[in-house]
Amino acid sequence: MSSTTALPTSEDQRSDEPHLLSYPRFLKRILWLATEGSFGFYAWMTLLTALSLVGLNAWANQVAGGMIGTNMTDHVSWGLYIANFTFCVGLAAGGVMMVIPAYLYDDEDMHKVVIVGETVAIAAIVMCTLSVVVDLGRPDRFWHLIPGIGEFNWPVSMLTWDVIVLNGYLLINLHVVGYLLYMRYLGRKPNPTWYIPFVFLSIFWAISIHTVTAFLYCGLGGRPFWNTALLAPRFLASAFVSGPAFIILVMRVMRVTAGYTAPLGPARTLVQIIRVAMVVNLVMLASEIFTLFYTGGAHVSAANYLFFGAHGHSGLVPWMWSSIVLNLIGTVLFFMPSAMERSTVRIVACLCCIAGIWIEKGMGLIIPGFIPSTLHEIVEYSPSLIEWKVTVGIWAFGLLILTVLMKVVVSVFGGQVTPEQPTVTT
Amino acid sequence: MTTTNDSSPKENGQGDRSLPVLQNSSRRTAVKGAFATLGAAAFVAAVSPLRQAAKQTTASEFMQTHYKRLTDEDKRKVIERLEAEVKQEHGVDVDIADDRPIPGTKFVYAINLSVCNGNGKCVEACHKENNHDRATNQSYIRVLEMPKGTMDMEHGNTTYSGVVPKDDKFYLPVQCQQCDEPPCVDVCPVKATWKEEDGIVVVDYNWCIGCRYCEAACPYHARRFNWKQADVPADEINPDQSYLSNRLRPVGVVEKCTYCLHRTRRGKLPACLEACPTGARVFGNILDPDSNIRWILENKRVYILKEDLGTKPAFFYYFD
Ligand code: SF4
Ligand code: SF4
Repeated sequence: MSSTTALPTSEDQRSDEPHLLSYPRFLKRILWLATEGSFGFYAWMTLLTALSLVGLNAWANQVAGGMIGTNMTDHVSWGLYIANFTFCVGLAAGGVMMVIPAYLYDDEDMHKVVIVGETVAIAAIVMCTLSVVVDLGRPDRFWHLIPGIGEFNWPVSMLTWDVIVLNGYLLINLHVVGYLLYMRYLGRKPNPTWYIPFVFLSIFWAISIHTVTAFLYCGLGGRPFWNTALLAPRFLASAFVSGPAFIILVMRVMRVTAGYTAPLGPARTLVQIIRVAMVVNLVMLASEIFTLFYTGGAHVSAANYLFFGAHGHSGLVPWMWSSIVLNLIGTVLFFMPSAMERSTVRIVACLCCIAGIWIEKGMGLIIPGFIPSTLHEIVEYSPSLIEWKVTVGIWAFGLLILTVLMKVVVSVFGGQVTPEQPTVTT
Repeated sequence: MTTTNDSSPKENGQGDRSLPVLQNSSRRTAVKGAFATLGAAAFVAAVSPLRQAAKQTTASEFMQTHYKRLTDEDKRKVIERLEAEVKQEHGVDVDIADDRPIPGTKFVYAINLSVCNGNGKCVEACHKENNHDRATNQSYIRVLEMPKGTMDMEHGNTTYSGVVPKDDKFYLPVQCQQCDEPPCVDVCPVKATWKEEDGIVVVDYNWCIGCRYCEAACPYHARRFNWKQADVPADEINPDQSYLSNRLRPVGVVEKCTYCLHRTRRGKLPACLEACPTGARVFGNILDPDSNIRWILENKRVYILKEDLGTKPAFFYYFD
């Protein structure tokens, strides 16, 4: 934290101003600020914008030409988009993992990085929403999902639950992040009644978004591969890994590029969380594998296909094993003592775990749910160029949002932006 | 990522509130403006394919509400619009009816597996009757060739060829089972699919958002998605249509077998049954005690598929 002082002296005077006027001005100022930066910053933003536009264009073509442009079929009716959606939900839920130690154990240092976690959550939720929108055959009918004017199949459909919890989570995090930044900007101490309840709500809510997303899949009796009670706990465990790992990476980038230095303590706590969660995740994976292969039956055919290939088809085998290897390497690295320091080991470990879990949640979970199909046909799937472009676009856009938000966090917490001096007093 | 102090509005604006735009800042503003313009232009170019897609959707189609909320007058207009669209695009006069369930009717289907010889005439008839895409040879029915001695579909094969029937095989046609506890209906987030009083599960093709959750939920691979606009030559379009069944479906929505409700609700038999050369198929109203189907269900050894899932199919299989 480069600066926690340097509060403007005119502070008390300004506090009379109604928030109704001052908050919009704050938003305007930070938006302006978010477009200021070094050459490297502009280059990065230009790159992200360009990639987002490539994705947008690919999606526009997909809408114009029909979903035939994807490699999905009636057999594998969900693909890369929903896989990516699942991972992003985990990322969003993981964002809040910072919050738990900070507030439940009252870890003071943690407070200073909580805002990073909540910001990651905001960007991740935006990516979730986009991943679902691009998967719709009729995005023009999106309004049918809006309660009141559309038809909302609540509480029966798990998808409507997901819409509610994801949007709710977005609102909660926008509120917490916005409030903390605003108070910092005004140079005031945040009023606990205005954000502590929401922070606790967001902890509860983070668990709910990932549980509901798991229920989307495990509630389907006709898909034995998903129909396991372990799915939701496994989702949570992997979210406890990917979220914190991602936050550690973001913190590193912020330190290198903007000199935003957080104390070592919180990151160490995160590494501890990752260690436990990753072991739990691997134990559950192992027990799942045991049940599958030792018992056999309906469940085993998808697992067979996934791990070893079946009937001459083995499209997912390299994916699955690379995921397992990446996860194992990541776990071993995290257990090395140097992972506690700001070392390369830690960064590599984070990258391994993130990549491993991304594959595990996608090619290792969503796709094999469809192979073999419900009539036991094996139709393979690998994403088309359009699907890759759209997915890259979504990631670029998510990183764009994250960069802008981080820039705001750095400047506000760095004391570089404070309320303007009043020139006229009434 | 350092904040440039020299250009932040605060620094420049100090004591000069009446003239907020100073030189340095105005150059920045100009550069940002140029970037924004460039970005906006690129954005417009990127989304331009959407304009093409938007042309295919009229305002009234976009605004059209859920089937169940349409009044009779609304329905008449919607159907007129749909018929006019077909006329314009394909030059064909089609008749789209709004066939409603007949009170006191619950349709069920049964197949005699001892008789079915896997010739696939039902698949073909379904393809034509329901105006399926010609290129992909789409149909609501799949026939599994199964080795004798097992009911485990894992040993089945839907892409068999050669002379049928083969001695060591039996044949298992599967289509929508019109489940009494349909998981496909439960999962739909916008109620675009539902079960009607006569037991037929339907889709409002003008309300479905194409999320394909129902496709993931159906345990019988009974649903199909329109990955592209179906292509049916004008002279092959079946003009006897119904709003909830075989009318030409828009791209990007899900569809399924409707027990040919445009036929069966008018007292006819499903197309697949009429086409079956072996007489393996039986269709009827289970509420009618004198019906053929009722006799079969009461007197034969009857099976349902995937009973353990609790979907309660209205589709039965039996052996002589
Ligand atoms: S067979 Fe599939 S599509 Fe038909 S009612 Fe049952 S679940 Fe729905
Ligand atoms: S694809 Fe259509 S019918 Fe199926 S669940 Fe989605 S909205 Fe409902």
